[in-house]
Amino acid sequence: MKDRRLFLRRSAAVVSGAATAGFVGRASAEQLAGEPWERVYGAGFTKYGQPSRHEQIGRHCGQLYGELAPGSGAALSPIEALEGIITPNPVHFIRSHSGTPEIDPKAHRLLIHGLVDRPLRFSVEALLRYPRITRIYFLECSGNSSRALTPQPAQVPAGAMHGNVSCAEWTGLPLRALLEEAGVRPQAKWLLAEGADSAHMSRSVPLEKALDDAMLALYQNGERLRPEQGYPVRLLLPGWEGNMSVKWLRRIKLTDVPTHTKDETSKYSDALPDGRALQFTFEMGVKSVITRPSSTMKLAERGFHEISGIAWSGAGRVRRVEVSADGGKNWAEAALTGAERSRALVRFRHPWQWNGGPAVLQSRATDEKGNVQPLRQDWVARYAPDARFHNNSIVSWAVESDGSVKHVYA
Amino acid sequence: MCTRSGIALCAAVALVACATPQRTETPAPRFGEPVSAAELARWDISVPPSGEGLPPGSGTARAGLKVYEQHCLACHGAKGVGKPADTLAGGVGSLGTNKPLRTVGSYWPYSTTLFDYVRRAMPLNNPLSLSDEEVYAVSAYLLFLNGIVSEDAVMDAQSLPQVRMPNRAGFISDWPPRRN
Repeated sequence: MKDRRLFLRRSAAVVSGAATAGFVGRASAEQLAGEPWERVYGAGFTKYGQPSRHEQIGRHCGQLYGELAPGSGAALSPIEALEGIITPNPVHFIRSHSGTPEIDPKAHRLLIHGLVDRPLRFSVEALLRYPRITRIYFLECSGNSSRALTPQPAQVPAGAMHGNVSCAEWTGLPLRALLEEAGVRPQAKWLLAEGADSAHMSRSVPLEKALDDAMLALYQNGERLRPEQGYPVRLLLPGWEGNMSVKWLRRIKLTDVPTHTKDETSKYSDALPDGRALQFTFEMGVKSVITRPSSTMKLAERGFHEISGIAWSGAGRVRRVEVSADGGKNWAEAALTGAERSRALVRFRHPWQWNGGPAVLQSRATDEKGNVQPLRQDWVARYAPDARFHNNSIVSWAVESDGSVKHVYA
Repeated sequence: MCTRSGIALCAAVALVACATPQRTETPAPRFGEPVSAAELARWDISVPPSGEGLPPGSGTARAGLKVYEQHCLACHGAKGVGKPADTLAGGVGSLGTNKPLRTVGSYWPYSTTLFDYVRRAMPLNNPLSLSDEEVYAVSAYLLFLNGIVSEDAVMDAQSLPQVRMPNRAGFISDWPPRRN
């Protein structure tokens, strides 16, 4: 009996449910929710994907000598539009001195000679046969943020000032493997790395670094290097100024002393107020920049906003990033993503309630060696008026009462 | 097709696994080929402060003026005044002031870097095109413009490295690093 009653009750429920649907819940085909793209068959496959046409981003291109030399200068990553820590290959920053060479990988060679037992030549095919390693590292041009040293703060997107930094997953081989194959002689203390671009860009690298974590990169974020990133092979020196990670690598010469090339004397040296200059300042300093919100953006309304940005250090891991909304009077510790990695970008985030009043947003990074990102005025005082390398000072964004975000020197 | 090749691959893997039950001592791969001294000479274009590797040949500022006018002046201006490209002459004594002018004469620590850089990278649209004589001559001209050598001083593999640049003592090496 009990069972039968239960069955009846259930049946009633089913009937009443069906009746409700029949009278008010069923829409005709024209009334069903569904945007136009839900009503037509979608596009077919593409061999090489493209971003949504609604999400077009691009590098900030700056030519040092205009059209005279269109490939001399830098194209900076649009860090204000990127998330996470990996820079997509199409917008990884580019710094080149004589443009991007068009290299035939079949003709390209890498020579290792100088103070070695066996001078050797490697084809690209040969380089591709060595056991590989994969590492995530940032690269930063030591001229990054030089645009934040102008007398008046530039009102341009964050990437146009601070986007000479990117981060990728690099695959290749340890340079050490090839140096051991060539047999480094005891007198060797440095090596000269030279590119196959028409500038034959060249830098001296201490042997210590070459035998430590230097890589020959062949792949970037899973695909072969792009031409502008040094295809078919580039040097990669984790944490050191990007200029030394010589692209289009064609020659390594082991030497007892540095070669003192143009790009390690007249450029990439750090001018001091007394007229002298620091040379061979290889490691990139601890640094961070808020990318959202940032210069030229506008907050639509007061209330909750996430403060987010990137941090890195050439000395190792980022230990801490603090953020301030009052120009550095009060600091709060941000949450970090990727802090376990050494010499890679870290993403920091912190919740913020904007009350509609003026605010000055800043971030300050500290690395595992205890290095702290300096104040802008302290950095400026340390160098000559025309110094433009290794600016790792704190960046300030002012939020005005209408929500506009301005670049300020605070 | 996919399934078949998949099975074939599995079989191959199994065979390898049987053949090498443990990680054995594999000799380090060596894919470098020997290079002859003659070939190296064609590639080795770097010149350190010692002047090692400077080629035979010579040039004077007087000869270098013609090279400069033909290949350099359009970008670096008459007498190295610059615009649109870098200023090459002047500025000695300006480095510690509020308006430092960093040129070959006022900033570069070594004369050998001139030969090295001009040969490897200049002129911008046609590097590796100047003869060694022309590179010596235009290097001499730039040193002359900066008042470092006379107009008739002969620059060659012996004399160029001997030229002492005004800012030779102006650089402090940061390697090994002084920081922690």
